[in-house]
Amino acid sequence: MSYTGLAFTAVAIAAVIDLFLLHTRLLMRKAFWTSYAIILPFQLLTNWWLTSRFIVSYNPNEIIGKRLAAAPLEDLLFGFSLILATLALWVALGQRGFGAKNSR
Amino acid sequence: MKHLGYVAMLVFTVFGSFWLELILRIGVLRQLKRLVLTIAPVALVFIAWDAYAISRHHWFFDPRQILGVHGPFHIPLEEYLFFIIVPIAAIMTLEAVRTRRPNWIIGDEQASK
Repeated sequence: MSYTGLAFTAVAIAAVIDLFLLHTRLLMRKAFWTSYAIILPFQLLTNWWLTSRFIVSYNPNEIIGKRLAAAPLEDLLFGFSLILATLALWVALGQRGFGAKNSR
Repeated sequence: MKHLGYVAMLVFTVFGSFWLELILRIGVLRQLKRLVLTIAPVALVFIAWDAYAISRHHWFFDPRQILGVHGPFHIPLEEYLFFIIVPIAAIMTLEAVRTRRPNWIIGDEQASK
């Protein structure tokens, strides 16, 4: 599968994990979208750093060619799926008693 | 210095997020077990993706701008660190939002009382 196909698939899988597998429903929560709004500029900045300097380069046959701050659109989806899957699992583990609030 | 190009991005991400641990006392690094259980499965999937992408030439790294240390599947060390550092930064951001907006529901509140 192309990077484009994989990137969209990853977002879909992360959404299914969040909404239906772990039932964390972060996609419905203000706290998640606020966090992502804070992360997004940093994501664009670091993606820009890696791609504009050609630290990472992409095979033009594997991306649709739409770019955001030098980085392929697919990178945004890659990062979003990584962050959503991570936070969903983090919260799910917290629900199962792995939080350490009592140790503060 | 050029070989530090990718590492510079990782260091920036660490500095950009880890101060939250000290200033807002979010206690993310203290929850080591939860952190490992969160990062490991997600990282495994993304490392598999990375390995596939590298083998299929979806993307490639400038050998002059990375340290030159490679782990399994020809994946540069920086990529492995990326899948540890970026998730921690995301978790720290969420936990920082929690401290500033304690009324916003995240979903794990009851269990942590």
